[in-house]
Amino acid sequence: MAQENRPPIESGCPDGFQYMHPVMRKNYGAWDYHEHPRPGVLLHVAHNGDQIWTVRAGTQRILDVYTLRTLCDIGDKYADGYVRFTIRSNIEYMVSDEAKVQPLIDALEADGFVVGGTKNSVAMISHTQGWLHCDIPGTDASGVVKAMMDELIDEFRENNMPNRVHITTSCCQINCGGQGDIAINVQHTKPPKINHDLVSNVCERPSVVARCPVAAIRPAQVNGKPSLEVDEKKCICCGACFPPCPPMQINDAEHSKLAIWVGGNHSNARGKPTFQKLVAAGIPNNPPRWPEATAIVKRILRAYKEDARDWERINDWVERVGWPRFFELTELPFTKFHIDNWRGARRSLNSSTHIRF
Amino acid sequence: MADQHHDTPMLDELENGPWPSFISGIKRLRDKHEDQRISGMANDLLGQLEHSYETRKGYWKGGTVSVFGYGSGIIPRFSEVGSSFPESKEFHTLRVQPPAGNYYTTDMLRQLGDSWEKWGSGLVTFHGQTGNIMFIGTSTDNTQHFFDEINEYGWDLGGAGPCVRTGMSCVGAARCEMSNIDEMKIHRTLLNNFTDDVHRPALPYKFKFKVSGCGNDCMNSIERSDFAIIGTWRDDMKVDQEEVKKFVARKGREYVIDNVVTRCPTKALSLKDDDTMDVDNRNCVRCMHCMNVMVKALSPGDDKGATILIGGKRTLKIGDLMGTVVVPFMKLESEDDYEKLTEMAEETIDFWAENGLEHERCGEMVERIGLVNFLEGVGIDVDPNMVNDPRQSSYVRMDGWDEEAEKWFNRKAEEKAAS
Repeated sequence: MAQENRPPIESGCPDGFQYMHPVMRKNYGAWDYHEHPRPGVLLHVAHNGDQIWTVRAGTQRILDVYTLRTLCDIGDKYADGYVRFTIRSNIEYMVSDEAKVQPLIDALEADGFVVGGTKNSVAMISHTQGWLHCDIPGTDASGVVKAMMDELIDEFRENNMPNRVHITTSCCQINCGGQGDIAINVQHTKPPKINHDLVSNVCERPSVVARCPVAAIRPAQVNGKPSLEVDEKKCICCGACFPPCPPMQINDAEHSKLAIWVGGNHSNARGKPTFQKLVAAGIPNNPPRWPEATAIVKRILRAYKEDARDWERINDWVERVGWPRFFELTELPFTKFHIDNWRGARRSLNSSTHIRF
Repeated sequence: MADQHHDTPMLDELENGPWPSFISGIKRLRDKHEDQRISGMANDLLGQLEHSYETRKGYWKGGTVSVFGYGSGIIPRFSEVGSSFPESKEFHTLRVQPPAGNYYTTDMLRQLGDSWEKWGSGLVTFHGQTGNIMFIGTSTDNTQHFFDEINEYGWDLGGAGPCVRTGMSCVGAARCEMSNIDEMKIHRTLLNNFTDDVHRPALPYKFKFKVSGCGNDCMNSIERSDFAIIGTWRDDMKVDQEEVKKFVARKGREYVIDNVVTRCPTKALSLKDDDTMDVDNRNCVRCMHCMNVMVKALSPGDDKGATILIGGKRTLKIGDLMGTVVVPFMKLESEDDYEKLTEMAEETIDFWAENGLEHERCGEMVERIGLVNFLEGVGIDVDPNMVNDPRQSSYVRMDGWDEEAEKWFNRKAEEKAAS
């Protein structure tokens, strides 16, 4: 039992310098410029002329130890033993010798990893856990992404887009995947189904009432038991009540759909950061390969690639050509659901004569 | 063994196609791993996942699992269909804080992999969306054993639940010429100041720090963190006119005008007749676009520091919020500067812990009480950089106008005297 009482060492966030390539350690804060010799490869040059070459590769993200060791073997044999991971879960190998770059790329590709994801490519899709591990997911995450990246792999490997494209997926409206140029998120379309036998034992009812964004939940006696009821006319089917109260099941095999949003952009480059906007919904949540969602994503990408100018992210492009043109080019329907009615929605309405013909 | 495997016809479909397959990886653990604990766990995990694919439902529920001394850092998962898939019925994730900047040696990755193979499922992700290393899948008992082992060689748990969460910082000064701050130092100074708040959840809800070295904001800090630290500079940007001329010669004037000059959000650039670039630095907003395009010719100035924004978050409960500027510029060089930053973070978290409602993010609290009440609560003076526009509604009581105006003039006089 003594072992169980071992007090933790509260060391917190470790120092990254101990794991950093020596050339990067030496030139910390002293970089001059970078070049992009080919997709998936970056060259950074320090003021003193030192060079560091980075090779970026996409993986399956959920790594088994065998795959992790394969990545390490490649790092030891073809690189300098130093790696890092990007925010989108790509692995990066850093080497100080240009001669190592091509053999490293060859080794990664030979083992099935995909070199790319830099600059104006479709980057790796950022995603979360889904059915594999989450307690509230409306869909899977890794599966959706695997199926979609199978179809977008050439766009990951090449630099054919006007600017970079960040795609995200999320399995509920908490939206762990975050904002993206294109976001594929679960959108429930029916109110929760309540198991009234369990509510009073499992849920802290006042907290559940407080979670609802539209005050649609109220305490009630159902079949003689304390429970909760939902005003289904007010309910927006967001699922916020489900995490604190699992008997309020929001996920539905038929009615939990996917929606696609575009134009989320975190960068301050050119314009200020932007939130993503709804463009398509009612898309079936269709495992194992979700072909309907992928088809719409590819349609949006095609229109963007053909119509946007160099350096325009999707939000920049739509801002220039206007939403009517977006719906025309993508052949997606514009519906009453596209017109916002949440707080602050009037700011999204056109109060001008600025109309494109 | 093969006939004892769960059939996974739907998951098998995810082994087709050119992108690396996580299903193939889990199957390798099932088929090749000598330890029955791991192969059995992988088999039942695939069985439950196939069941999810067939029924379009998740079957994990949360619970309470922690390591001794902590209340946070584990995502507990118990299967609701554990009787059918007993070997993965407890499948908890440990969130472990990565080094600032996500650097690893292959030796360290192997060591972590070996420990995880000893105590866990053998499945790991670098990294989850909050920024943790996710060691996915182990039993309640082994959670403690795995933590004890890796904690001895330098690794600590991250946050989960209503607490300070694991931070994120970009590659920054280690490899990027756009970097304006010491991202790793800021990240570690802040996170390791709040270790107690990471490990023992006692806040209204989650609180995230993210650090980006420039306005490109590769860490998505404005939209995804409660406290965003972003590098910037306040003197003139550097222009290497010889490199400008070379760039124009290579790409052509039309390209430079269409992709650089006219894309400047404040019209601060002008391409001169001799193919040099003129910059109106007073009106440059440090958006980074021109530097992204002309990486050799244009670069940040020398008087570097950070902009701080508070309150970014995603949808639930009141809708998406961007962070709001609360500090337009602060130097981050001396230990005093860092102390000021830490104090500000402490003030922010204390004020929010005191005034936030249960499950209310810091930005939602600011929305509810108004930015001015927040600023007064944490002791920050108002600044026109905090707004896009001044107030447009006249529905406000302003009988303290003279005092407020005087504060402004006094502050301006002090700033002038100090400079």
